[in-house]
Amino acid sequence: MSQAVLCRDLRKRYESKAGAVDAVNGLNLEIETGECFGLLGPNGAGKTTTVEILEGLLTATSGRVEVLGLQWNGRDDDEIRQRIGISLQETRFNEKLSVRETVKMFRSFYRQGREPRDVIGMVNLEEKEKAWVGKLSGGQAQRLAVACALVGDPELLFLDEPTTGLDPQSRREVWDIIREQRTRSRTTLITTHYMDEAQRLCDRVAVIDHGKVIALGSPDELIQQIGGEHIVEFDLVHRNGESADLPAESFGGLAEVSSTRREGDGYSLTVNKPHVALPALINMIQGEQLELARLMTRHVSLEDVFVTLTGRRLADEETADVARA
Amino acid sequence: MSHALNQLWLVRMRTFIREPDAIFWTFIFPILLTIGLGIAFRNKSAEIIHVDVADGAEAELLASYLDDDDVFAVEIVAPEEAYERLRLGKTSIIVKQGDELEYVYDPTRPESRLARVTLDDALQRAMGRADVAETSDTEVTEPGARYIDFLIPGLLGMNLMGGGLWGVGFTITDMRVKKLLKRLVATPMKRSHFMFALIGGRMAFLIPELAMLLGAGWLLFDLRISGGLLSILVISAVGALTFSGLGLLVACRARRIETIVGLTNAVTLPMWLFSGVFFSYEKFPEVFLPFIKLLPLTRLNDALRAVVLEGAGLTDQVVPLLILAAWGGASFLLAMKWFRWT
Ligand SMILES: Nc1ncnc2c1ncn2[C@@H]1O[C@H](COP(=O)(O)OP(=O)(O)OP(=O)(O)O)[C@@H](O)[C@H]1O
Ligand SMILES: [Mg+2]
Repeated sequence: MSQAVLCRDLRKRYESKAGAVDAVNGLNLEIETGECFGLLGPNGAGKTTTVEILEGLLTATSGRVEVLGLQWNGRDDDEIRQRIGISLQETRFNEKLSVRETVKMFRSFYRQGREPRDVIGMVNLEEKEKAWVGKLSGGQAQRLAVACALVGDPELLFLDEPTTGLDPQSRREVWDIIREQRTRSRTTLITTHYMDEAQRLCDRVAVIDHGKVIALGSPDELIQQIGGEHIVEFDLVHRNGESADLPAESFGGLAEVSSTRREGDGYSLTVNKPHVALPALINMIQGEQLELARLMTRHVSLEDVFVTLTGRRLADEETADVARA
Repeated sequence: MSHALNQLWLVRMRTFIREPDAIFWTFIFPILLTIGLGIAFRNKSAEIIHVDVADGAEAELLASYLDDDDVFAVEIVAPEEAYERLRLGKTSIIVKQGDELEYVYDPTRPESRLARVTLDDALQRAMGRADVAETSDTEVTEPGARYIDFLIPGLLGMNLMGGGLWGVGFTITDMRVKKLLKRLVATPMKRSHFMFALIGGRMAFLIPELAMLLGAGWLLFDLRISGGLLSILVISAVGALTFSGLGLLVACRARRIETIVGLTNAVTLPMWLFSGVFFSYEKFPEVFLPFIKLLPLTRLNDALRAVVLEGAGLTDQVVPLLILAAWGGASFLLAMKWFRWT
């Protein structure tokens, strides 16, 4: 019962003339109270669909959903709505209302909540308090959406791509808001395309693709799953300047290399101990009469997890071949 | 919580008054239309009759017979040119002196027929015909029988229709397109509050709307309102509710602005034409009348005219009001049944 969100074998099928789309296809999720949970996935993975089912805006084709221990059944709907806060992927608020008027209206729907002035301050829109919504920049409008999500002081906050289109400063401000939720033991479910964001912010993330969870865990756990902590990226050329074309697998046998991948014209290796792997690599390159055109090492990020997972999945044999050709 | 209802209503008020387009179409446009049509179709005390005298031997003399009469605007022009002017409607009749007086005119044009009679009369007298009977004229031009008097209640009805259909239907569709409806239903907002506020917002502008249009009629055209203002208000309120209901129905599923524009036009244009806004629907063939009388705007216009022009009371208007209420109620129920929030 301490779970804020529970999904069991959730499915959503869109029927249309062009055919059926299984936007969510057997998805399982458990989000603990007080955690910040990230949903990651490529475009069309089913993130928005999942979130909107949880928000009671869409009905699932099948599966079980519990939100704050309650179900969307007509009877408890109002209770759930009182206790959740929402920012949709896309909402355009009334352009002819001021920021303050908009937030005040949203406040009026909730039994209890925060002062409109306070939430406007939290998203740093004080200066724009009296400005019409139509005059806000994209990022400011996005922050207004977050303010409207917060004004009911929700126990559970759903943010669908809240930082898309924001400048780095505004993104940090949204992160601060989410962190504040966590210090108050409030739960947040956030979808994002930014891996660094998920890595910094989320206690746990689920990577979803084709409507299913394909990886679940804390960012660190996911990074460990990849089998190494560092990434070595490099390009190779022949002595005469032509770019070299070795299969990525040829580096698989090197010491401390746990996986290999072609990336564009270059290569990307996942490596446990760079100080061991790098000399081995350079040795091998010299043996092949090749030269390094570029070399870079960095820590593994969630981005790499994402690419490894979805890349492997999307790029099963045939697409991988297409990419190579 | 009435607090939420209050906020929603305030939002409707604010967005309406901050929207110059809405203000224009609700308040200014009907007045401009009234002024324009009122001037175009004003009953002139003495209609000027344009007469072309075909240039010829006796032309000057013929023209001089008509000099003293203000009713005639006479020009002497070459015959070919006169025909051209007749064809273009610049003149109503041509008179030619040959062996006899010849009138050239188009009998299907009322002003030409009138010109034929008046002109002949004037010329015959000038040439010496004596009247055989003594006559005297008593002229009556009562406010209330003029075109403008017919027009203003019709424009009022039309405005109520437009306000309901566009004001409610367009607003809803716009909010749906912007995903704002979806955002709102994700809150604990009571859906009934939203509907009340929407329709309440529409009703709040009823009194200024009525005052502007009737006031303009009174100030500019000396419109006399025979019936009670309260009756007019009640009928208008029922009309506004009815058309708000229709607006809801039309917009209940529309997902694109183009859809709502098309649907609203499809609903309003026939009523503009058939419901007696600009001219009496009695002019349509008899077989159409039962259908025309089923249209809500027809009933609204009839009721408004009965009160404004004939001084009828509310008790005489029970049937039209019931028909309006039936339209409004049915539309509202269907709209609620089919309404799409997302
Ligand atoms: N109303 C709809 N009718 C038909 N198909 C839909 C509908 N809404 C979404 N889909 C499809 O469902 C799939 C999942 O869409 P969804 O919006 O959940 O993806 P997402 O993960 O949020 O993507 P993004 O990162 O682009 O926001 C997509 O293939 C999409 O085309
Ligand atoms: Mg999405």
